Amino acid sequence: MPNYTFKLNGEKVTVDVEDSERLLWVLRDVLGVRGPKYGCGINVCKACTSHINGKAFNPCATPISALDEDDEITTIEGLADTVPGDGLHPMQEAWLDADVAQCGYCQPGQIMAAVATVNKAHAEGRSVTDADIDEIRNICRCGTYVRIREAIKAGAGKMG
Amino acid sequence: MGRRRFVGYLLAAATVTGAAQIGIGLGTPAAAVVPGVPQPADLYDLNDLLTDAARPTANLIQVVVEKDGTASFELPRAEVGQGITTSIAMLIAEELDLPLGKVNVTLSKARPELIWNQMTGGSNTIHAMYTPVRVAAAIARRVLLDAAAIALAQPHDTLSVYEGVITAPGGASISYGELATSAAALVTKVVDVDLKPKSDFAVIGTPRRRKDALDAVTGKKQFAMDLDVPDALPVMVCRAPEHNGTVRSVRNKAEVEAMPGVTHVVTIPTGVAVRAGTFGQCINAVRALDVEWNPGTVSGRSDADVLEELRGIQRPMAVPNVEELLGTVTDAVGGLTGGLTAADVKTLDTDFVFYTRSGSPLETNCAVADVRADKATIWAGSKTPIVAAESIALELGLPPTAVTFNVVESGGSFGRKLFWDAALEAALVSQKCKAPVRLMWHRADEPRQGRNHPMATSRVRTVWAGDNILSVEQQHTCTATDYRHGFGEILTSSAISLPAGVSNLGVSETIFVTSQQVPYDFGLTTQGLMETTSKAINSGAVRNVYSPDVRAALELTIDQVAKKMRLNPVEFRLKYAKEDRLRRVIKQVAAAGNWGRSMPAGTAQGIAVHQEYKGYSACLVEIDCRPETVNRKIYNAVTGPRVTKVTFAIDCGEVINPKGVEAQMQGGIMDGIALALTASTHLEDGHYLEASWDNYFYTRQWNTPPDVRVFVMDPVTDIPGGAGEAGVAASFAAVACAYARATGTTPTSFPINHHDPISFEVKSFVPPVPASPTDGLSYTY
Repeated sequence: MPNYTFKLNGEKVTVDVEDSERLLWVLRDVLGVRGPKYGCGINVCKACTSHINGKAFNPCATPISALDEDDEITTIEGLADTVPGDGLHPMQEAWLDADVAQCGYCQPGQIMAAVATVNKAHAEGRSVTDADIDEIRNICRCGTYVRIREAIKAGAGKMG
Repeated sequence: MGRRRFVGYLLAAATVTGAAQIGIGLGTPAAAVVPGVPQPADLYDLNDLLTDAARPTANLIQVVVEKDGTASFELPRAEVGQGITTSIAMLIAEELDLPLGKVNVTLSKARPELIWNQMTGGSNTIHAMYTPVRVAAAIARRVLLDAAAIALAQPHDTLSVYEGVITAPGGASISYGELATSAAALVTKVVDVDLKPKSDFAVIGTPRRRKDALDAVTGKKQFAMDLDVPDALPVMVCRAPEHNGTVRSVRNKAEVEAMPGVTHVVTIPTGVAVRAGTFGQCINAVRALDVEWNPGTVSGRSDADVLEELRGIQRPMAVPNVEELLGTVTDAVGGLTGGLTAADVKTLDTDFVFYTRSGSPLETNCAVADVRADKATIWAGSKTPIVAAESIALELGLPPTAVTFNVVESGGSFGRKLFWDAALEAALVSQKCKAPVRLMWHRADEPRQGRNHPMATSRVRTVWAGDNILSVEQQHTCTATDYRHGFGEILTSSAISLPAGVSNLGVSETIFVTSQQVPYDFGLTTQGLMETTSKAINSGAVRNVYSPDVRAALELTIDQVAKKMRLNPVEFRLKYAKEDRLRRVIKQVAAAGNWGRSMPAGTAQGIAVHQEYKGYSACLVEIDCRPETVNRKIYNAVTGPRVTKVTFAIDCGEVINPKGVEAQMQGGIMDGIALALTASTHLEDGHYLEASWDNYFYTRQWNTPPDVRVFVMDPVTDIPGGAGEAGVAASFAAVACAYARATGTTPTSFPINHHDPISFEVKSFVPPVPASPTDGLSYTY
């Protein structure tokens, strides 16, 4: 099996897996990074949402062979380190303030999606809107959507 | 409110350990004598049943004060997102005067000696645990104070406690941690203790964040599939194309065994299991398997056939026709009809169909199992770990004591974790492979082979004269709800399982009559249940069980009656509400939600109420059914009518954590919206068509109301009710009522989109799971 190298949460990692292995299983089953969750395996539920080079994507639909050596993958475990200081990411703080999580299973993906959604709006020089949030596809079967909306708006206010 | 004295135990243990029996503090059933004819659930509801079931066991729950000054409690219930670990920790923090952060609540593994006391269901946890947990904590506090009085050489009643530190008048102090060992009992003693009076509460009733929130937002919270059990390699099961189909033969076992990463291919009753190095390799192997299948349990059948079966077993309405009724009522309740003639008496018959829904949470069925020759260890989410362990032991051919069942926090349940489907599969696969496994269902397996919220019909006959409702009869009919988990242990589980179906119906009826009630004074009021006896369709008690459908049918009906009486829906409900607690929540939502405000055509308000789990709820929604909203386009989505605003009020008695209750209502509202508007499965020719969250349309962000307000009412009783399921019924019914008012048409089947053309490409049945896409990087944002 070929070796693949990429950057994961700030550190270079090399794995020996088949070309077609989806990144979700490289993370969870090979590297033991289990923040990204399985909810469907077909890029629908978005529970595994993580970042590639700062943008949201879904590892369940990304073969390891699609990664370049200089691609930087950030999972929920590495999110706090993408901002200065020792604390959490402002979106994680907003999540705590709003006490969003119920079972918590979807929440890593929700937070990663929220950060990307806000970054996208900010890159376009505007604030995040209800219409932007309406487009977030991440499922929460506990139905925490109301607090997710509240937390995204609060978190966005604290993001650069 | 005065102090209440309870008896518990100080256990002989290494550190201070207070203990109590589950079930204490609930001596009086909540008998509310109401005008009219009381229904069974008025006097004795499911909570009483579950709590009484808990009484006979002599075994105890224990609050342990540790040497580091923290308190520990092993909760014999399942945390599935409903927040009970936080609420229980709050009770302990309150009675022990400890900061919430110093109370650690974990989930107890299966304790067979608890018999009926380790089942999580019926929103009963707080109701059953409220007093015993407090008693155990209060005993620990009392013993620590006694020891401190000696250590500090000061009278007991001069000491004060703050955050686990006991201080004497002169300022000398000693901490719980310092006393935990020296104050421990050498022999177990019976101790009586006063609980804190409500006026002293500093934790109970205050909004607190979930204790596991930090772990949840940092990815550290561990679910079953996140546990590191050595050598527990991934397993997935190749399942039949038809619902409950079975394996006849595997044509290419050797070929699949030779695939990358695959270690084992074994047949189990539910399919062909593959163990491999990664779940990705399992998916590839499942897709490669060439299996000859036997037909399933609903082979060739479709929704229409199931509905026809329900129509065939429906009980005839018991209430006679109008003329006969008038004679009967005049004789029986003399004067009620006060000189009215038959011409004044009106009858309305309504009839609704509720299609099958998937009960799956986001975390698919999963479990870790390590089965050896003489013992087995399971790790899984479970609301019934005792019967799960006992049943698995039987299947493995091991004595029940040889199975250890560790309860893991679940990624949702909604009733799914009442059964141990994945744990049994994992155990069987581990036994056959002679190796540990972590088995997980694919998403596609869930709606197709998982447990459903049964299809139902609900018929209501309302008879009234002038402004007097003379009679309401509701007959609810559904495919069987599987209660073979019993009350959490194998005795009742076995009794329910035999003979086939018949005794289960007795359980269904018991659950039905102890959970359902018409919260209005409607004269002669009857509700009945009929279920099919066949277990052909996998089912279970999905969140709020019968209530969402039963309430939607009744609330839609009374809106029509109110209209004929020229009363608006709020006036009608206030007029007929049985109890002031119900009137209070109706008035709350009507005022806060601006009931009756002028709204554009195609939009409307709707209101509905519910009474269950010793609580009262009212929900007022606004819905937008205008074409520009209904037809808004979002990729691969069901948009449709949008609920734009929800105002919800809940009186669930004594509230432990209002923030948690609010969260449960918000979630219940999302369930209600899905049940009314978008979520159902379609049985076609023996298969359920849905296989993805883009097929089975649970509420998504684009369906979420932008404005949701929940009012948790100040308690008017010190009895805590249940919250985990309490939000669903009134929400579903209110959305349905609002939709009917906005469109001018009362739907007769739910969800309203069930009969729309299938909007998705149906995924293959062979292979049973779709390939994972490879174009993920085309959708970055």
